[in-house]
Amino acid sequence: MGTFILRRSLQGFLVVLGVTIVVFVATRMIGDPAQVMLPLSATDAQRAAFEQQFGLDRPLDAQFISFVGDLMRFDFGESLWQRRAALEVVLEKLPKTLELIGVGLLLATVVGIPLGALAAVRPDGLFDRVVVGLSLTGLSVPQFWLGLLLIMVFAVGLGWVPTFGSGSLAHMILPAITLAVPSMARIMMLVRSSVINELNQQYVRTAKARGMPFGRVLFQHAMRNALVPVLTLVGWEVISAWAGYTVVVETVFAWPGLGFTAMKAINHSDLFLLQAIVFVVAVGIVLVNIGLDVLFKLIDPRIKEA
Amino acid sequence: MTITSSSMSDRSTTPSMIQGALMSVAPLGRFLKELWRDKAGFTGFAFLVLLVLAALFAPLLAPHDPAAQSVLARLKPPIWMEGSVSGHLLGTDMLGRDILSRLLFGARSSLLVSVSVVALAGSFGVMAGLLAGYKGGLTDALIMRVVDVQVAFPGLLLTLLLVAVIGPSTATIIIVLAFSNWMIYTRVVRGIVMSLRQTPFVEAAEVVGCKSARIILKHILPNLISPLLTLAILEFTNIILAEAALSFLGLGVQPPATSWGLDVAGGKNYMMIAWWPITFPGLCIAMTVLSINLFANWLRVTTEPAEREKRYARGRAAKMRRAKKT
Repeated sequence: MGTFILRRSLQGFLVVLGVTIVVFVATRMIGDPAQVMLPLSATDAQRAAFEQQFGLDRPLDAQFISFVGDLMRFDFGESLWQRRAALEVVLEKLPKTLELIGVGLLLATVVGIPLGALAAVRPDGLFDRVVVGLSLTGLSVPQFWLGLLLIMVFAVGLGWVPTFGSGSLAHMILPAITLAVPSMARIMMLVRSSVINELNQQYVRTAKARGMPFGRVLFQHAMRNALVPVLTLVGWEVISAWAGYTVVVETVFAWPGLGFTAMKAINHSDLFLLQAIVFVVAVGIVLVNIGLDVLFKLIDPRIKEA
Repeated sequence: MTITSSSMSDRSTTPSMIQGALMSVAPLGRFLKELWRDKAGFTGFAFLVLLVLAALFAPLLAPHDPAAQSVLARLKPPIWMEGSVSGHLLGTDMLGRDILSRLLFGARSSLLVSVSVVALAGSFGVMAGLLAGYKGGLTDALIMRVVDVQVAFPGLLLTLLLVAVIGPSTATIIIVLAFSNWMIYTRVVRGIVMSLRQTPFVEAAEVVGCKSARIILKHILPNLISPLLTLAILEFTNIILAEAALSFLGLGVQPPATSWGLDVAGGKNYMMIAWWPITFPGLCIAMTVLSINLFANWLRVTTEPAEREKRYARGRAAKMRRAKKT
């Protein structure tokens, strides 16, 4: 187990290094921070002063070394928009995003798994067709549009919940549903197909022949075996939501998390804050990935150390 | 692919060419006949054909200039509602621009971006996968390590950063989306190539003395077409949704060009008083992606022998159940 974690950590280190290189190349070689961050009216003297202040006039290799050095000390510079340490801003917004992902994916799992399993009972039956149709629709609807429609109907039209912002449980409902829908669709499809697969196995026939009630066969036998790939998918959903797919939902609902802050950073041309967000999220992905791998290994010892 | 070959051969005149034309039309007929059996897949395909035609002939079909503003005709509802203006079938947006015309031109952005990204990312990813799978050893280890690392990148956030730094434009999102989407092709292709290398026909070709390039192009690539086609079609849906989301966030297609995502963003501030400026473009995105999903579903079932068998068995079972009931 020790070597396993060590090896995964090494791979995680490579990921962070890769992100570092891509961000460096993008911000220092392809793009020009002075161009992005200073107003168009800035004079050449202002530009030079800016470049000197952040060491952008030095040779690229020297810039890269100090760039990496700063990152290793978790020094992401100062957010020019907020006038305080970028890391401080990130850590302040972080819990809101985690809250949204947690509630959204819990909803997706709690609704998706039973619906998928029930649909599998009679493939091509009426209920199955409804579930498959719903998940195809869920996969096809763009999230930002779904969010706006929900606001239009439930917040503006019916006035049941607030339109945007955060604070109470009611603020949480629409963003969580919007975030959950595509994940729910994928979970339903996967549960459905893997339960169909399990229900065709011999042990299910044996259990039925012994006179076990079908509900128990489905939920205690077939479901338990079908759940391993589903757990992998849920883990993947957590990572992909974390990797930035909350940006759209947060922007639509003005949810004060990392994604909304990233959009604001872009609108304020605050490159340092955006960099800080990207790095914290990259490190987060690595940690979640390692955590999930360890978890799956504990659940299912058959998984090879690859 | 069958469609282009048949439409090209329509111009032929000599008997042998006519025969050739019939030969190339026949697969199209068979394709449509088979597709017709899956009504959902057929509907999806029909919608996609209409969409491509609409995008190609947008300048001819659009009743108005998509950028033409009119102060007098702002936020007019669709033609079937009270207060509508004649000539604007789906109403107008906050600047008095015709929504239907903008939808037609928006289809061009969606298709342009998604086709370019799938072509770019697909060709690069497939080449990397062929190389990794065929060469093996150090090349394979190196390529797959890059793939593993990039798969774990914070996808959308990094995309946002890249677009913000380079400056948003249609070309930028094509390049950035291709950069962050090539890995899936490499993984799929490498897996298939690794298993194909063990097959007798590739070994035979190696023994005969074929060069690597010939084996890859003539013997391995044809076997990749069917899985790659399904993968590429599904990737289309991802790219269309990504383009729409980026344009919605203001980091994709830039005005005066049109895009469905951009139109939803534009109508957002007026949604309390007018539902149509955001509803129609969103519906276009959803229907396009749904159509692709339905068609891809049919394609997957049809091209996989195991799935075909399952479908056949299910059909038989349903028939028998019905027979028993009556």
